[in-house]
Amino acid sequence: MNKQVTFKIWRTDENGGGKLVDYTTEITEGLVVLDVIHKIQKEQANDLAVRWNCKAGKCGSCSAEVNGMPKLMCMTRMDTLDITKPISIEPMRAFPSIRDLATDVSWNFRVKTKIKKFNPRKPDAADGTWRMMQEDVDRVQEFRKCIECFLCQDVCHVLRDHHKHEEFIGPRFLVYTAALEMHPLDTEDRLPELKQAQGIGFCNITKCCTKVCPEHIAITDNAIIPLKERVVDEFYDPFGWLWKKIRPQG
Amino acid sequence: MATNYETHEFDVLVIGAGGAGLRAAIEASAAGVKVGLICKSLLGKAHTVMAEGGMAAAMGNVDDRDNWKVHFADTMRGGQYVNNWRMAELHAKEAPARVHELEAWGAVFDRTKEGKISQRNFGGHRFPRLAHVGDRTGLELIRTLQDHGIHQGITVFMEYTIVSLLKDGDRVVGAFGYDRERGRFRIFKAKAVVVCTGGLGRAYRVTSNSWEGTGDGVSLAYHAGAELLDMEFIQFHPTGMIWPPSVMGILVTESVRGEGGVLRNKDGKRFMYDDIPDNYKSQTSMDPEEGWRYTQNDKNAKRPPELLTRDHVARCINREVKAGRGSPHGGVFLDISWIKEKIPNAAEHIKRKLPSMYHQFMQLANLDITKEPMEIGPTTHYAMGGIRVNGDTQATNIPGLFAAGECAAGLHGANRLGGNSLSDLIVFGKRAGEYAAKFAQENPAGTVSEAQIEAAYREAMEPFERSAGGGSEGPYHVQADLQNMMQANVGIVRLQKEMEFALDGIQKLKARAAKVAVQGHLEYNPGWHTAIDLKHLLTVSEAITLGSLDRKESRGGHFREDFPNKDPEAQKYNSVIAKAADGSMKLRREPIPAIREDLKQVIEEMKN
Repeated sequence: MNKQVTFKIWRTDENGGGKLVDYTTEITEGLVVLDVIHKIQKEQANDLAVRWNCKAGKCGSCSAEVNGMPKLMCMTRMDTLDITKPISIEPMRAFPSIRDLATDVSWNFRVKTKIKKFNPRKPDAADGTWRMMQEDVDRVQEFRKCIECFLCQDVCHVLRDHHKHEEFIGPRFLVYTAALEMHPLDTEDRLPELKQAQGIGFCNITKCCTKVCPEHIAITDNAIIPLKERVVDEFYDPFGWLWKKIRPQG
Repeated sequence: MATNYETHEFDVLVIGAGGAGLRAAIEASAAGVKVGLICKSLLGKAHTVMAEGGMAAAMGNVDDRDNWKVHFADTMRGGQYVNNWRMAELHAKEAPARVHELEAWGAVFDRTKEGKISQRNFGGHRFPRLAHVGDRTGLELIRTLQDHGIHQGITVFMEYTIVSLLKDGDRVVGAFGYDRERGRFRIFKAKAVVVCTGGLGRAYRVTSNSWEGTGDGVSLAYHAGAELLDMEFIQFHPTGMIWPPSVMGILVTESVRGEGGVLRNKDGKRFMYDDIPDNYKSQTSMDPEEGWRYTQNDKNAKRPPELLTRDHVARCINREVKAGRGSPHGGVFLDISWIKEKIPNAAEHIKRKLPSMYHQFMQLANLDITKEPMEIGPTTHYAMGGIRVNGDTQATNIPGLFAAGECAAGLHGANRLGGNSLSDLIVFGKRAGEYAAKFAQENPAGTVSEAQIEAAYREAMEPFERSAGGGSEGPYHVQADLQNMMQANVGIVRLQKEMEFALDGIQKLKARAAKVAVQGHLEYNPGWHTAIDLKHLLTVSEAITLGSLDRKESRGGHFREDFPNKDPEAQKYNSVIAKAADGSMKLRREPIPAIREDLKQVIEEMKN
């Protein structure tokens, strides 16, 4: 039952560079990519750096590029890969390297702090809380499934190829903003920032982010496009602009 | 001094950034003090994300007969009356406010038809009580606290490990640790320290806990002089995945059995009928047909034996496996697919009721649970025991040191009810943050001796120095041997001679751990991190074993084959573990304080 497999794993060197290093090991039935990484770590490379936590696709820590595809290593079964050829395991390329498979994702945490926080209206039910109907929160709950694996950020060409990290917040934070904007209780307006500093216009809806989302969130269709529409309605609709100028005040 | 360390100064330092740590940090910063928060992983990845079922709070949204008294009595009954009754009282009273607070911070719970927060049934809770978001309530909790907390001015240190608490005389005044990214050591000075480091499941081979669950906080507090409580009470969840090996230990939710799933051995026999405890006989049906009706919400039917308490089901599974009647990979079968005999469109029904279980098995095991039985076995899930705290303030016996969440003890007694852990985090996380801030406001900063820091530094760096010499081994082997030993000898079913063997084995493993060598350098080096965690794993393993040896009865998560019954005398004490002057670990029994009269009456009332 045991089979040989070769992993070509990205190993960084002391000078900030790196190369793919071959590790050949035996695998048994039922393993995922992360298991094989751990096996290699235990037997051949004690110091191989890799992030992981839950091993059940719920924490979003073990993001990497498996044969060039952004994936959670804990949810990628070995029997879905062609093991007759070496399998490449590389870190997420849209972020700076720390070591081996661990990347510096701190940019994401900084971006989030710049988005205006949840700001609910005053409680309006007799018991001092709120009432919300399930159908009114279904969409927000879809967005809140996000496990912050940042695979959508990794695959987004605006970040990955064009390095617009200072001008564009990326799919993850458009989903985050959409969850806030569509929250039935929220009173904040985040559209001016979306248009300007957060660069929603950079997204040209190639839907790569939706394809790699392990939580199957319809990132482009349900979050980004509706936000784009709101921005357009607010800033680019000539009739709307005119109406705002001439409508009766007060 | 050869090394200069960067120093950070805070009023309150919170170690651990799961639900309890985040809630403590938020509360302390709201009190106006300067707060630092240490995460072992990235922010928002802590084990809290794994919680599925929900958080228990007697809001009465679904059944208005529910209130704090019922919740209190349920918690005490579940804990088999060795709980800290003051914590059980505060928890039951304050959980609803903490849940509403999460909603005010942006949490989006599932709703009732009236638009209130929905609540679901769970084992041991008399009424539907668990506020939830599908089967990802833990993620909702941690994300809500994270997204609120990042606007509070808390300084967050991601991927840092604390190796030692720093003391000034008797008082804890900070912590010493390093960042994983570069391996640089830092001093964190703080007027108060809150430990919220979660579980210790990694002391066992099969566990639902992630790599972080190595009992760090329990061990750090113990070595700083704090007392530990009731370490023998470990919850083994009956249904964890066992195949494929990659997912061994991952939870299979209780709801599978709630929806009609049955347990069978390799001969196809429903073995749960073989052993029904006397005190549950009146509530349990011997008729499979009636048991099925119970799962389909027939209020006149009695429950099937698969839905007996977690500890009992886990032991029955263990018995089948040991008797050679297990499944091919060393567990038993959990079958929900059989319900196709009972209802049309069973496959669709299962997918709708158990979406994440369907996907979990489909994606990880390539197994369709609507067509085939699952293979499952018990998994180490939760530590009821931990750091001994004051029920009101979460203060330990060491001034300046507080603890909350799974690493603290008391609320759950001998057995935790599902849903009571998430509410534990927010109720006592808040209290810990509040009282730590108060302590910081009332006390000046302490001083830390250079010698203390240098000793901690040397201890952490020793594994590198050893790699040059001979006769040493890698950390992973020692870790694996410890996990196998604890699994085999201090697991679900315990025996005096096996535990004595383990206690002796732990001493031998300590000697091996002291010789562990690691390669490479300080930057993001998992081998080194594992070497450092070994000390914590060995400390908590020794405490669990000592507690288990001393408690000569069976209660909740602690089952002894040589003392299979409950001892009424043993209900009167807690086991307290502390470090003796000679450095050895010592256990003493301490009487549980008499319960307040009004609470005693609540328990009596609820027995009817």
